[in-house]
Amino acid sequence: MANYKALYQEVILDHNKKPRNYGTLAHASHHAVGHNPLCGDHISVALNFDRECIDDIACIKFEGESCAICKASASMMTVAIKGKSRADAEILIHEFLAMATGKLDLDRPNHIGRLAVFAGVCDLPTRVKCAILPWHTLHAAFNSVASTSTEAENDPMRAPIGNA
Amino acid sequence: MNAVQTAPASRFAPVLLPAAPGVIATSKLPAKEPFDVERIRADFPILQLQIDGKPLVYLDNAASSQMPQQVIDRLVRYQTSEHANINRAVHYLSETATAEHEAARRKLQRFINAREEREVIFTSGTTDAINLVMHGYGRKFFKAGDEIILTTLEHHSNIVPWQMLAEETGAVIRVVPINDAGELLIDEFENLFNMRTKLVGVMHVSNALGTINPLKQMIAFAHAHGVRVLVDGAQAVPHLQVDVQDLDCDFYAFSGHKLCGPTGIGVLYGKAALLEKMQPFKGGGDMILSVTFEKTTYNTIPHKFEAGTPPIAAAIGLGAAVDYLSAIGMDAIAAHELNLLNYATAQMTRMPGVRIIGTAKNKASVISFTVDGVHPHDVGTLLNQEGVAVRTGHHCAQPVMARFKLPATSRASFAFYNTLAEVDALIDGIRNVQKVFA
Repeated sequence: MANYKALYQEVILDHNKKPRNYGTLAHASHHAVGHNPLCGDHISVALNFDRECIDDIACIKFEGESCAICKASASMMTVAIKGKSRADAEILIHEFLAMATGKLDLDRPNHIGRLAVFAGVCDLPTRVKCAILPWHTLHAAFNSVASTSTEAENDPMRAPIGNA
Repeated sequence: MNAVQTAPASRFAPVLLPAAPGVIATSKLPAKEPFDVERIRADFPILQLQIDGKPLVYLDNAASSQMPQQVIDRLVRYQTSEHANINRAVHYLSETATAEHEAARRKLQRFINAREEREVIFTSGTTDAINLVMHGYGRKFFKAGDEIILTTLEHHSNIVPWQMLAEETGAVIRVVPINDAGELLIDEFENLFNMRTKLVGVMHVSNALGTINPLKQMIAFAHAHGVRVLVDGAQAVPHLQVDVQDLDCDFYAFSGHKLCGPTGIGVLYGKAALLEKMQPFKGGGDMILSVTFEKTTYNTIPHKFEAGTPPIAAAIGLGAAVDYLSAIGMDAIAAHELNLLNYATAQMTRMPGVRIIGTAKNKASVISFTVDGVHPHDVGTLLNQEGVAVRTGHHCAQPVMARFKLPATSRASFAFYNTLAEVDALIDGIRNVQKVFA
């Protein structure tokens, strides 16, 4: 069993304190806002695909109001998927959601890497949503049209991905 | 020979089984004097729990309080030797269950000093009680333009039903603002009254901030203007001696599970004359005198508002809970809790980076707080790692959070079984949070 006490370890605290890729993206092609109605937290994710290799994520930024778990998850997510193709990013989304809900066997081949620091969150059902909010929001952003998306239409907590 | 369990000779004089073995001795009501918190704690089995090897420090009493063995035993006794449906059959168990259910009603009546027992309606909780008033009183008597005065402090359960009524009838909601301490602005409250004001909905004690509202003064003012007052007493009844006749409120709602009783049970007190004029909220069995397909005659109060088979065990358990609290004494409970509140407030006020939200002069034992640079959810999770249970979030009082421009707070709420040492554990826990996030 993963130890949830490991959650508040250096990596997560560091990403909370100094979030990577934090801010807005002026001309984002894809954008979504994720909202956790349980605590009022919200995260927005904006990204652009590469102009030549249109499958690759060239730029990604996030911002919002959230707890350390959510912010660190968003920060590490942006680091992990920058430069990846959309298909690879979707695989990572699925693996992360599976891990956060305790359904991923970390001993088998996967792409989780450093994100394994979030494995312990599955022991804290009320905090799972904090960790997965950025990933749901990323998924919603992939399916958004420019920045016209509204929260209601793209509520990431309702996006039909995985069982999370 | 097992004489006790032999079938009774007469079916009308059955032998009652004893309560669960081994627990009878602990079931005595606590002695009134002096207040001995350690002896009281021994009545609460759950307080012996360890959370990850640390003793449980349960400071989420405003969300739900814990149950003493005396109430657990009463529930066991009811289910093992008294249960049947009530108000129906002529057999022994049904009559026993009915008698015990009505005895519980009288206990609740005495506990809040209602004039008559029929003024005590069992509901599923405070939310259900408020919805009963909305449907029974509001939907019958409100028309477009009528005004309801609520306060910024209200729990969502005393906001949303009235919004639903406003949507349906065209009634209008007015809101009493609060100051930076979390106290109602009484001048503003009085200024909201006009010819169309019909009802005031106000909480006795704020669940999010602990503020104790000046109810008597507010009710007297409302009555001087011919306006009815509904009080949400969910947070007051566990901590203060409540006297509905002294308050002179028209309705008073509260929940059993914040009162050392079971979940799924609560009370709506209402003045008999008002309850009689109201329409039923739910239709069904027990709330009728006669039914034909042409016409149904409703039962008298309180039964008019208690359709269907009620949570009988829960009501009887709640009766046992108020017996337990009364034996300790609500004044002794209030005094001990005030001591905890003052001790915690003094310590937290001195902590750099910790801010108490809600600093009313008259407060119940609730402390909402923020820790600079740390989200309340992180505070809650880290405190949990030390065994300390607090609530984090908006406390179902988003207008209060908006007033203080906060998305959420952490909240420690004390009960009479909490100790000064547990306050110390909370303070140490907050220091640990600050260390982790330094």
